[in-house]
Amino acid sequence: MTTWRGWLLNPAPTSRRQAQLGGWFRAWLAFRRNTLGMAGLFIVLLLITIAVAAPLIADPATALTQTLEDRLQPFSWAHPFGTDELGRDIMARMMFGARITLTIVILVSLIVVPIGLAIGLPAGYFGGWIDAVLMRVTDIFLAFPRLILALAFAAALGPGIENAVIAIALTAWPPYARLARAETMTRRSSEFIQAAELQGASHLRIIATQIVPLCLPSVIIRLTLDMAGIILTAAGLGFLGLGAQPPSPEWGAMVSTGRAVLLDHWWVATLPGIAIFITSLGFNLLGDGLRDVASGRG
Amino acid sequence: MLFSVILTFLGLTAVTFVIGRFMPLDPVLTIVGDKASTEVYDRVYRELGLDQPVVVQYLTYLGKLVRFEFGTSVMTARPVMEDLVRVFPATMELAGLALVIGVLIGVPMGVIAATNRGRIVDQIVRFLSLLGYSMPVFWLGLVGLLLFYAKLGWVEGPGRLDVAFDDIVPTVTGLIMVDALLVGETEVFFNALGHLILPASILGYLSLAYIARMTRSFMLEQLEQEYILAAFAKGLSPWRVVWVHALGNVWVQLVTVIALTFGSLLEGAVLTETVFAWPGLGLYMKNSLFAADLNAVLGGTVLIGTIYIFLNMLSDIIYSLVDPRAREPS
Repeated sequence: MTTWRGWLLNPAPTSRRQAQLGGWFRAWLAFRRNTLGMAGLFIVLLLITIAVAAPLIADPATALTQTLEDRLQPFSWAHPFGTDELGRDIMARMMFGARITLTIVILVSLIVVPIGLAIGLPAGYFGGWIDAVLMRVTDIFLAFPRLILALAFAAALGPGIENAVIAIALTAWPPYARLARAETMTRRSSEFIQAAELQGASHLRIIATQIVPLCLPSVIIRLTLDMAGIILTAAGLGFLGLGAQPPSPEWGAMVSTGRAVLLDHWWVATLPGIAIFITSLGFNLLGDGLRDVASGRG
Repeated sequence: MLFSVILTFLGLTAVTFVIGRFMPLDPVLTIVGDKASTEVYDRVYRELGLDQPVVVQYLTYLGKLVRFEFGTSVMTARPVMEDLVRVFPATMELAGLALVIGVLIGVPMGVIAATNRGRIVDQIVRFLSLLGYSMPVFWLGLVGLLLFYAKLGWVEGPGRLDVAFDDIVPTVTGLIMVDALLVGETEVFFNALGHLILPASILGYLSLAYIARMTRSFMLEQLEQEYILAAFAKGLSPWRVVWVHALGNVWVQLVTVIALTFGSLLEGAVLTETVFAWPGLGLYMKNSLFAADLNAVLGGTVLIGTIYIFLNMLSDIIYSLVDPRAREPS
């Protein structure tokens, strides 16, 4: 272990890979000292584990099959979090719900980051009228109320998880375009870019191989901080009945159905809400920690 | 700046137009029904202007919006504009009080956190705002109802008024509490307050989280300036330096934050109103949505979007009025 550590922390790396891995290792050492950030990482890893292992821990049948004689049971060994109004095990549903939340978050990221980069990179790289036009478009979308627009989209496209993802993604990309533009502009006149230009590299090649890798760290940090907002918006749409449809165990929709029995059976609506809260708290803590490390305040 | 405001407005209306035009539902069928003859169908098709080029349709739509014509609501069978005017005061009442709570508590919290940087108070404020960022507002509303209404009975339940108090006060401003005071009905006033305080506090907590965090970072920036050192050096009390000199300069930036917060409160109102059966814009939009009442949904979207754009513009104007540096071309 010490040799690995020594190799990674070597102040005079002998290869590019050693330098890069060493850089990541130093960042990890700085991040590890950030208690809240580590707590966030733990929550996010826990979420991923639960989502991946859900079928192993809980029986999918108990999450989806209605067992009316078991409805609205309080906590017990058989049902640690009780059962809902259709006799389904709430803990199993919450575990499978983690998959839905994770899917939404991943899908939104996969749409938002490429759009943001595709708009922001050319704007920052070429400047001039291209920049003006692209940033105007970005400003227009930035001025939209996010949930309301997502609501209108979901209304037009019909309820459903795919449409919720599209609606959220369409309103979430502008900050990434701005970020990519700003990052590109600070690097545009660097000497290594000029060197690449002199070697005859095309604009596309320079953007893809020189600029994109440098933009990614700040994009990833921003994405982590945004996750909480995305999860809350998705849960909000689910709560309004515009996201995942029954019998899908989406957390927001679970809170919504639990409302009907809130006064006598509080756990049905409350527990999925706690899951939403902890998950978005986890992403917020992780994002804060990453940002602190990146800005050297770790 | 006016140019970009107009452009943003055009963008907003273009998006709502596209949503309205390309929605899977056939707008003609919703009017004539599926048993209508082809002639009737074609006539209505032309009357709606659907045979015109898309650009012409958009301009017609825009012309109507500028005259506040949002079409007729299928659900209430009234012009959407009338509905919006009726429900909007309820939302204003909710978001307005939430903002007051957010500013009155959030700003001092941010100032105290900044002056105690790194100490336990700072950590508590940071933690509280982090909770606010991470909390699903609809869930917090449900838990609040369960605890403060059902279990403790400290506040009134969902809705704006108890049924017994309905229609006592004539509608003047639409803000029930103001209307009640105008005619001296204190009982109605306190009942309305009892209904309002919980949803407004919950919404206020979310705005508080953002306002406290921004105040803290603005204050930290100011406290490092040399004029603060000079103020201390000439022997002013720390209280005066912090709350008068430093905070005085922070207000400029805070106005922008507060304006934007109000916009996000209007959004949060959609979810809060659903939980509290609050008869405002949010609940109206939600109900219209499920009645496939597209005119009403898009009317509400345009209204909130326009307020958003207006608030952005307002904060830019105030910023450049108060801070001369912002007026210089960058």
